[in-house]
Order: sequence, then C-alpha cells, then structure tokens
Amino acid sequence: MFRFAIIFAAVLCAQDKPSGIGKPANAEKLRALDITVFPDGKGLPAGRGTAVAGKLVYKEKCAVCHGDHGEGREKQYGALKGGMGSLATAKPMKTVGSYWPYATTVWDYIHRAMPYEHPRSLSSDEVYAVTAFVLNINGIIPETLELNERTLPKVEMPNRNGFVPDARPDIRSKR
Amino acid sequence: MKCLRGTSWLKQSRIYGVNQSRRSLIAIGAGLLGASCEKPKAPSETGGTMRAYGERAPAEKIVRTVREATASAGSGSSRTPLQDLYGTITPSSLHFERHHSGVPALDSSTHEVTVHGLVERPLVFSMEALRRFPSVSRTHFLECAGNGAGEQQGNPAPDLQRSHGLLSCTEWTGVPLKLVLAEAGLKPEAKWMIAEGADAARMARSIPIAKALDDALLAYGQNGEALRPEQGYPVRLLLPGWEGNVNVKWLHRLLLAAEPAWSAKETGSYTDLMADGKSQIFTFEMEARSVITFPSGGQKMGGGAGAYEVSGLAWSGRGKIESVEVSTDGGRTWAKAELQAPVLSKSLTRFRHAWQWDGKEAWIQSRCVDETGYLQPTREELVGARGLNSVYHYHAIKAWRVAADGSVNHV
Ligand code: HEC
Repeated sequence: MFRFAIIFAAVLCAQDKPSGIGKPANAEKLRALDITVFPDGKGLPAGRGTAVAGKLVYKEKCAVCHGDHGEGREKQYGALKGGMGSLATAKPMKTVGSYWPYATTVWDYIHRAMPYEHPRSLSSDEVYAVTAFVLNINGIIPETLELNERTLPKVEMPNRNGFVPDARPDIRSKR
Repeated sequence: MKCLRGTSWLKQSRIYGVNQSRRSLIAIGAGLLGASCEKPKAPSETGGTMRAYGERAPAEKIVRTVREATASAGSGSSRTPLQDLYGTITPSSLHFERHHSGVPALDSSTHEVTVHGLVERPLVFSMEALRRFPSVSRTHFLECAGNGAGEQQGNPAPDLQRSHGLLSCTEWTGVPLKLVLAEAGLKPEAKWMIAEGADAARMARSIPIAKALDDALLAYGQNGEALRPEQGYPVRLLLPGWEGNVNVKWLHRLLLAAEPAWSAKETGSYTDLMADGKSQIFTFEMEARSVITFPSGGQKMGGGAGAYEVSGLAWSGRGKIESVEVSTDGGRTWAKAELQAPVLSKSLTRFRHAWQWDGKEAWIQSRCVDETGYLQPTREELVGARGLNSVYHYHAIKAWRVAADGSVNHV
C-alpha cells in the first residue's frame, strides 16, 4: 500500500515535470503587461484624481461618443449614468452606476479600453480623475473626493450586492 | 468528340513550336474529321485552371449578416447563415463574430502568450513553443451568450440567421491548456485564471481553474488551417460548451489568481438579470437548445403538399444531445427525430424528421434533451423562471409557421 503510494506520487511528479517549453517571463515586461485590477485594489497603480479634474478629461476625450454629460447617444453609445432603482422594473437600465458592482472595474475598464480609439493612452492620474467624474455624475461620490489606489476600492457601488452565483439549471420544464 | 480531339492536338502542336506547318495541319485535320469542323469553333470544354487557394462556385452567395453595435467600427457582430448550411460544420469564413473593439492584425511570428500570477514559473510561450506541446483536435460549437435575446423579449427575428445565427461549429486544434499550466506549475491558491486578449480593448474574462484543467484548449487551428483573424489568430482560448465571450480571442495573457477580476464583461455584460433585480453571475454553460433549419423563416416549401424532410440542429454545453423531438402540429404531438451519427459532446448534432405535409397551415418546432437529462424549455417556462430581461443564455423552443402556400414565417 505504502509502496503503491510512492509509485503513484512519482508518476504524478513525472507528469508535472516541466518539459522545458517556453521561456521565463521578464519581470519588467510583466509589470507593463499586467493591467488587471481586482476589487480589493490589487493591481492599481499609484495616482490620484477628482471629478473636478475628471470633467476636463471627459470633455476632451470621452464626450464626443458618450455625450456631454454621460447621457450617451441614442442607438449609438449607451449612457454612462442613470438607471438607479430600475433593475427590478420592466425597463431596467444597466449602466456603470446602476449595475456594475465594483468601482475598481470602472477604473480597470476605462484604463484598458477607453477612449475607444486610443485605449491605454490616459495617464494613471487621468484614469483616476475620469473614473471619479463618471462615479460623480452617478451620484456615487462627491465632486471633491480624491480617488487613489487606497480610496477607490472603498467606494461602495449601488449594485454591490446585486449578484448571485449561477443557479442553473433553474428552469423546470415539463413534457 | 472527334473534333475536340482535333483542336486539342492543334493546340499542342503550337505549344511544341510546330506552328510553321499550322496551315497544313488544319488542312489535314479538316480533311480527316470532315465538314462539321468548318463551322464556327465550339467553345472549349476544358475546365478552369487550378487555384492556389480555393474559392466557392461563383453562383454560391451565402454570407454572414454584419451589424455594428455602436457608431464606432468593430464593436458589433456577424451571424452565420445556419439556414443555408449542410451537416454540422461551419466554414471558417462563415463563423459568427462578436467583437468589442475590432479585429487586431497580429503577427504569429512575434505573438506571445504569457502565463503568470500564482504559478511557480512565470513563462512566455511563442506560437512555435505552443505547437511543440502535444496537440488535439476536437469539434465544438461556439454560441454567443446573447444569441436570441430578441426572442425572449417577444421580438422574434424573421429568419434563422437573425434569430440563432450567433452559433457556429468547427473543428479546433490546439494544446490542452492543462499541459501549458503544468509547465508553469500552478500554486495551490490558484483558483481562477484571468484570460486576456491582445485586441485593442484587452478583453478579459475570469475562468474557474477547474474548467482550465478540464477540457480547455489553446486553439491555433480551425477546420484544418490556422485560425481566421476574426476567430482569434494566432491563438484563442477554447472552453467547450461555454458562452462565446469567455473563449478569449487573440489570447496573450493568462493571470492565475485566487479571485476573479470582476472584469467589465463579466459584470456589466454577460450577467443574467432576473425579474427580482438580482443577476446571476459566472453563468458559463450554454444550455440544451435545438432549432429547425428547414423549413425556417423566409424559406418556402415549394412543391405543395407531400413529403419533406424537416432538418435542424441541436446542441448542449453540458455534453451530448440525447434526443430530439419534432412537432408539426403546434406542440400537441411529438415524434422522435433521427440523429446524425456521430453525436459529439458540446458540438452541433444534425437531426432529421420525415414529414408528410398536408398542405395546410402548420406550426413546427423541435425540442431536445441532453445527456444530463435537461429538457429544452418553452419560452413561457424560461420567462417564468428568469423574467424578460435576463438577455443572455436564452435557449427556448423555437416555432416556425408554415402557411398553406408553403411560405415560412417566424412566430
Ligand atoms: C470613439 C468613441 C468613444 C470614445 C471617445 C470613448 N468611448 Fe467609451 N465606449 C465606446 C464604445 C463603442 C463602447 C462599447 C464597447 C463594447 O462594445 O464593449 C464604450 C464603452 C464604455 C464604457 C462601458 C459602458 C457600459 O455600460 O458597458 C465606459 C465606462 C466607457 N466607455 C467610458 C469611456 C471614457 C471614460 C472615455 C474617455 C476617456 C470614453 N469611454 C471614450 C466608445 C467610446
């Protein structure tokens, strides 16, 4: 029995043994490549900004698509605000403000994907600022609150508790 | 026939440089073959030349329908013409697309996949390195989680392409992801894997580690050749049976982590909003679904009353299709359809049913059961459980109405 366990472990180890394919990742390159931000703030770079500063960034880099006040453009771009309290109604309006559970996701997404045609062109401070602006027009944070790598994860989003794990199969079909 | 032989012989003579005696040859030919060859020359019956890369016949015109979701190019989708395809395999050129910021032009000779985070050895793999691993080929469907949202909301599309066209099925070739992860050495705390594409928006999704270690592939081949750019060239994540969006295209980074990232596309989108305002999250599997492809919306049963073959597709993200039933009387009675073998797991299954149409108005539909015993629901059952706004993972029974004149409409 004991011997069997040793053999079994040896086989497992043999399978786990690296075959030498691939090369070690360069630590510096990795830092540039790794843009993932987690809800606890892991991955956020140092930096800061307020909605006051963000308003200017927004006007210059975002308004052309998302509208002067984040109201969106009908049938072109969705709104970046509104929809609070609409999720359980017949006409739910899902926006960053009404739907997204974490402010870190807003930062992460704007940083990686916006502005649409020039993603990752904003500085960290600009991303903090324009994130603050988007949260502010949703009434989630005051205009003067400074967002930085410590305060951003503490922002409480309205739909923070709106998500439940996959409950499927949840449909009882009958013949 | 004789004449043809005569002309091709003439052609050959010219090729070999004997056309100095061409006139005499024509004279001989005409003399040998008789008067019929003096009429205007018959067109050559020799076929066209060969092509280095094949094309379909010029008369074949089926295409994807392309729709941009916003005024910015590259944030839309294109749909597969399922109603016009045979069998179960989708040609790569007709595979549906859903992009969030366009199709990047990546170079396979410089493209790299980085594996890092909770691993013993952060590693970088070139495409050449990935191809050194043992490879497998498997046939799987891909379906966008949003395939059929309009059906749920009571705005059914007029035809199959627009109602179900965010669905395709191809043979994928690649390396089992577990081999690549073993190479980097997973730490025990690694419970999630965040997969990120090299598209402009760096689209990213969090995947439970169990799926990564199960049947996940890093796919570089599609239907026998390299992936199409629209399908993630040079390499994509393939998570068989799971919603299209997690099958991250243009894959360039795998971050192993203890928690999901709660990325934009797994929170703001691709979550299923229930009637009570709560949303189901991390709803990955595509549930058992079937649909009739002939006769379907916009088609015509041209020959009047009589024998027709009803044909369609069934699939489940949870495994194999166990059975398909067809009803031609609005759901009152159901008959077992014939399944085309082999029935593959997490793949499209073609079903067929012989139908004697009486030439009167008829409502036709199909329903399937997968190997877990899950029965495809009616729209009422689905809406009863999830409401009208869950948007994603709609998979209810689809009915088509055949009119007495043979035309087919959506219901
Ligand atoms: C050229 C037009 C354009 C510009 C400029 C632009 N965006 Fe966007 N934005 C888009 C498009 C298109 C999408 C949807 C992308 C997709 O399909 O996933 C989007 C999505 C978003 C979303 C997600 C919305 C949701 O509810 O899913 C946020 C947040 C956002 N943009 C913020 C910004 C910010 C902040 C800026 C300025 C720094 C900006 N955008 C500039 C086009 C633009």
